[in-house]
Amino acid sequence: MYLPYSNKEKGGESCLFAYCMKRAGMLIPVLIGMTLVVFSIIRFIPGNPAQVILGQRATKEAVEQLTIQLGLNQPWYVQYGHYMLGLLKGDLGTSIRTGAAIAQEMKPYLFATLELTFFAMVLAIVVGVNAGIISAWFKHSFFDYAAMFIALIGVSMPIFWLGLMGQWLFSIELGVLPTTGREDVRNPVESITYIHTLDTLLQGRFDQFADSIKHLILPSTALATIPAAIIARITRASMLEVLHSDFIRTAKAKGVRSFFIIYQHGLKNALIPILTIIGLQTGLLLGGAILTETIFAWPGIGRYIYDAISYRDYPVIQTGILVVALIFVLINFIVDILYAVIDPRIKY
Amino acid sequence: MEAQKELEPPQPKDERSQSLILESVKQFFQHKLAVIGSVIVFLFLILAIFAPLIAPYGINEQSLGERFSAPSAAHWFGTDDFGRDIFSRVVHGARISLWVGFFSVLGSVILGTLLGLIAGYGGRVLDAVISRLFDILLAFPSILLAIAIVSILGPSLQNALIAIAIINVPTFGRLVRSKVLSIKQEEYVLAAKAVGMSHRRIVLRHILPNSMVPVIVQATLAIGTAIIEAAALGFLGLGAQAPSPEWGKMLADARPYLVQAPWTLFFPGIAIMLTVLGFNLMGDGLRDTLDPKMKKIK
Repeated sequence: MYLPYSNKEKGGESCLFAYCMKRAGMLIPVLIGMTLVVFSIIRFIPGNPAQVILGQRATKEAVEQLTIQLGLNQPWYVQYGHYMLGLLKGDLGTSIRTGAAIAQEMKPYLFATLELTFFAMVLAIVVGVNAGIISAWFKHSFFDYAAMFIALIGVSMPIFWLGLMGQWLFSIELGVLPTTGREDVRNPVESITYIHTLDTLLQGRFDQFADSIKHLILPSTALATIPAAIIARITRASMLEVLHSDFIRTAKAKGVRSFFIIYQHGLKNALIPILTIIGLQTGLLLGGAILTETIFAWPGIGRYIYDAISYRDYPVIQTGILVVALIFVLINFIVDILYAVIDPRIKY
Repeated sequence: MEAQKELEPPQPKDERSQSLILESVKQFFQHKLAVIGSVIVFLFLILAIFAPLIAPYGINEQSLGERFSAPSAAHWFGTDDFGRDIFSRVVHGARISLWVGFFSVLGSVILGTLLGLIAGYGGRVLDAVISRLFDILLAFPSILLAIAIVSILGPSLQNALIAIAIINVPTFGRLVRSKVLSIKQEEYVLAAKAVGMSHRRIVLRHILPNSMVPVIVQATLAIGTAIIEAAALGFLGLGAQAPSPEWGKMLADARPYLVQAPWTLFFPGIAIMLTVLGFNLMGDGLRDTLDPKMKKIK
């Protein structure tokens, strides 16, 4: 008997493993390149970086001390070697402003961002994929035109303006959602994992959980709008293509219910382009987080980097950018692996 | 001789190619959304070119007695915290945004095309090096890379433009590279090689002109993105500096007055959205008429 999914059988697992290893191998030059780019940030500052960081009024001694502290008096390859060794040991550098280890200091910010982007991504996928599917199924209907019009506007919207308008409408005019922040300052959440929705649930504090969700709505909606619009457009296009295939016609002829045709047969086959876009949108989300967090005073990594820029705290800027880029690369790596899991026709 | 003639790429002066161009133009004008997009872009171009004639007030003309006046017949879009006319500032802002959008994309197109041609035509080693470079640049979320570049160069509109140009280079580079790789195998290029044409001539006469269509489409779409990116940098204080009427900077300056005078935030945002929408619609239309194959990618 012919088994279309035969590589899931014996040997399929090791094949997938080999594919993962190959993809991981391809990541190495990119990762090294990324560290080089980030490492260069401070070295490319015109003039004496230590002077720029400390400002024009700094004493000569202070400038010299910082130069030594940052290792700027050594040749660049020695500096890079030290930098890489530090990274491998988990040493992400020291903040100039606070003097604290960045790896430690960054943790709460990082998890705050992950929480926000996770909610935004889920929202974007649920809204985008479903809007796209319904649009494709009811092609040229009122819903289709309305959804695609909104998607067009959504793609053209500056995210920071959308955030500001959301704040104005829902917080100031209607007063239904909090304007900024992540929690009620009079009723702070006790952190365990730094992910508030999870922490409050773990502690059984459902009042705080509801409050955390309320704080999440505006920023995650603002952040999700552009990806949702793009996902909706792609889903519609790839579903339209799939819905015209023979196997869908057969399923219809057999009398399979529309719901199953769409979600079981159609979506499964339209998933590859949708998945690609979801992977790419993560970059947009992580980049957009810096703007959203600024507007909503969300204490995430974007805000951490933004504050570091105004204090010219270059080690923090470097590490922040590197960490965000690492997450982006990692998510795209996972998407690549998922391709092979979803579609066995993809050659490992 | 006959066979060689058949292998030649369609020449621009050819009657057939002229009718193809006409056909594309006709199709473009039948594409309703594309026409709407072009009209929006055209209107903003008019605003930008004739800004000093259209704007009723100067961009920095202050009238402190009229601070935060709501939209009215005298001030269509209201006034801001210094009593400056927001309509006049938005009109002048069109100049800055279109300028940044156009020139940053021009920079990315030139640099991206050059690197893409070298990668696609210059052999394996160059291809590997340049492609890895693109991979590395694309590994950073674009706005973050722009922030990194501006934090090196220092915040200013010009540096924001440079940063935006750099972050979009890999998009064009990859596009041109993939196009070159496929054109390289076309029979007319092989024929040109066979008759002993120099590499420079092959690249300039055959490969470059034939890989430009997707670049033009992408460039139109990229102008929209570049305008948003410039506004984002301006909003973060890393692009245009006060008292520039750059739309992102205007939004940043008006932010504290969200409760008191929300109109100070409405109009610059709407201006950004409309301009970007115009370029997106135009780009979509161009893609559908010039390059139907790309339709599926977006």
